[in-house]
Amino acid sequence: MRNEKVYAFPNLTTPSKPIEFDENICDGCNICVEHCQAGVLLPNPVKGKPPIVMYPDECWYSGCCVRECPKGRTGAIKMNWPLMLKMRWKDKKTGEHFRFGMPNNPLPQNLKPPVGGWRPKP
Amino acid sequence: MANEKKLLQKVAGVIEWPWPVRYGLENEVTTDVLVLGGGLSGCWAAISATRQGLKVAIIDKGCVAHSGCAGAGIDHWHHACTNPACRITPEEYAQAEIESLNGYNCGIGVYITCRESYDTLLEQEKMGMKIRDSEDELKGAPFRDEKTKFIFAYDYENKYCITVWGTTLKGALYRECKRLGVNIFDWVTLTSLLTEGGKQGARVVGATGVNVRTGEFYIFKAKATIVCTGGESRLWHFSSEQRALYSDRPPQIVGEGWVAAWRAGAELSHFEKSTPLSTGGLVGIDIVHYFGGYWEAEWRPCTMVDAIGKEIPWVDRDGNPLSTVLQRSQPAPGQKFFLPNLPFVRPSIIPATSRDVLRKYAEPQLMRGLRRRIASGEFVAPLYADLPSMPELERRAIFGLHMGQEGKTAIGYRMLTQAGFDPDKHMLQFYPVEAVPRARSFFFYKGGLVPDWDLRTNLEGLYAAGEALLTGAGASYSCCTGRYVGRKAAEYAHAAAEPVIDRKQVEKEKARVYAPVRRKDGIDWKELNIGICQVMQLYCGDIRNEESLKVGLRWFEELKEQEVTKVYARNPHELERALESLSLSTLGEIVMHASLVRKTSSAWLDFRRSDYPELDPPEWHKWITIKLDGDKVMVSELPINYWGDLKENYEAHCGL
Repeated sequence: MRNEKVYAFPNLTTPSKPIEFDENICDGCNICVEHCQAGVLLPNPVKGKPPIVMYPDECWYSGCCVRECPKGRTGAIKMNWPLMLKMRWKDKKTGEHFRFGMPNNPLPQNLKPPVGGWRPKP
Repeated sequence: MANEKKLLQKVAGVIEWPWPVRYGLENEVTTDVLVLGGGLSGCWAAISATRQGLKVAIIDKGCVAHSGCAGAGIDHWHHACTNPACRITPEEYAQAEIESLNGYNCGIGVYITCRESYDTLLEQEKMGMKIRDSEDELKGAPFRDEKTKFIFAYDYENKYCITVWGTTLKGALYRECKRLGVNIFDWVTLTSLLTEGGKQGARVVGATGVNVRTGEFYIFKAKATIVCTGGESRLWHFSSEQRALYSDRPPQIVGEGWVAAWRAGAELSHFEKSTPLSTGGLVGIDIVHYFGGYWEAEWRPCTMVDAIGKEIPWVDRDGNPLSTVLQRSQPAPGQKFFLPNLPFVRPSIIPATSRDVLRKYAEPQLMRGLRRRIASGEFVAPLYADLPSMPELERRAIFGLHMGQEGKTAIGYRMLTQAGFDPDKHMLQFYPVEAVPRARSFFFYKGGLVPDWDLRTNLEGLYAAGEALLTGAGASYSCCTGRYVGRKAAEYAHAAAEPVIDRKQVEKEKARVYAPVRRKDGIDWKELNIGICQVMQLYCGDIRNEESLKVGLRWFEELKEQEVTKVYARNPHELERALESLSLSTLGEIVMHASLVRKTSSAWLDFRRSDYPELDPPEWHKWITIKLDGDKVMVSELPINYWGDLKENYEAHCGL
């Protein structure tokens, strides 16, 4: 049997993936890079590819990058709350517990926009 | 081989720095007014000064479109006393805010804000901010005014706080700055102030900065300079990996404007004040704070229940349970109005004899002492925000508007609803926070630069606005003081002599700024930051005394000789962080000096000295100011109400 090729790595910072890109939808426009005041995202050296999340430990989860994405809610970019901060809730009537990111989420998406809409105007 | 390299790059994350780096390359910018920081106060200062016909530049270490504490949004617009539905006057409100902190609230900025908050909001509407429920989604709600379509928060009778679509604020200000031709320098961080002849205490003639992407140096020459750099974080507590999880403010804001001003000889006050850090306690567990919002703010007046469904009572200012939801947003019988989020001091440490003023303006709130009650078994954790039980329009306002517009929570609305959270059926979980022992934070109504009625500091040519100001707090405050100071700084700049930069001062600063990138090894910025936090926690924490403070100062001196000379940065981003850590060590010294000179304890400042345990003796009811003169700290003081008559002075100085 052939040995597997395995590498040693220094530890990752944790959380390591506050922001995730879908390479098939994101076109590397880098608008999110320009809207992150903490400088967490860097443009990919390969043009057209999604930005690199270079400083995941510095993300303060403001979501400005996600909100500014011209591709809207298509999933080009999404925010990942780290496991310990995936919010939990409970159904008042049934007492059933849920959490963000649970497997086999039985709940339908609630598509109600916030008051004033997704892109509020005066 | 090529595949392995690709894999290593992918996993180790090493890429070539994406912007051209030119350390040491100088960019010289001449302007009439220089605004340090492009947050709410900075944008407004720039807009105001430009309207006076002057050339204005803003520098911001991030992107002005989204920078600062309000960059991601806000939900509350306070102090709107002159709005047609408000029943209290600016004088009443300002007086209440000052009284509620026993006078430790600089009346200048507060009163300016009470006078100008509503007008500022209307101007922001013209710039593109959404401030009313024009779609009538909340029609009929007790917190809505049918005529103006304003949504109100906190006190539904007196209506001084308007709920706004704050995700639209920063963009509107940014576009206005661009429209007016403000020269915006994104990605340039302030490193120092420049003074006439390079002398400390002399007129401020500009500033230096470094680009956090290219590493280039900036020399700004300006007739008037305005500090709009906001507050602080990372001084007592810093989690190297989970840094931003517990922070409701962008963690790269560390008070560099104060430190630069201090080094230039500016007068500061009130840095001995702090609060226990409860915002970072259960890092990673405390959920409704930050990602979900504060129960005291965004979630007002939501019913809260414990794990077994037992309701936690909302109580009036005397601790009596309230029976209706509406009562949570009404003043008590005999009370004219209440202040939001009062008190900003811990009532338990205010002597009973001084609590009258807290009671006078106290708001209806959730029953206090939750941690204790959970520990005793009275309530069972975790707790839940019982949205389904709320009246429909309140429910919609809390989840769909407040949570949807406040900075850290706006993204939360989207994520939770995508995951199927339904406020009509579901209760969001949270825990009451724990304080981190010894760790403090400035929070609101904190120390800052001491202003006069021009919002000018003791240094000629140097002004300030927003949370960089003594006891500055909040969005409306920042916008209004920014709007005001722009007028005043412009007035000065119109007639000011041409500034002259001292080349020696610039060279010295360049050497200091680039030192980290000239080193290949040493100590990284995170370790330096945590080291600073440790000194603060051990020698300048919850309880202080002269011995410990002096030892703490000694440790900071040694840090300067040792670790500070070893901090390294491998690229401009790390340089930005290294400079922040260096600034934090000076900020720590400022807090220690301020703590040394107040030789008494104070409940109002949450300031405890074991060697001077007496709380608030009357002769210490004043502001203590400090400033640098060489390496000596000069101490002075100001009467508690040094600003004099609010109305008279405002009208004499406001320039309107």
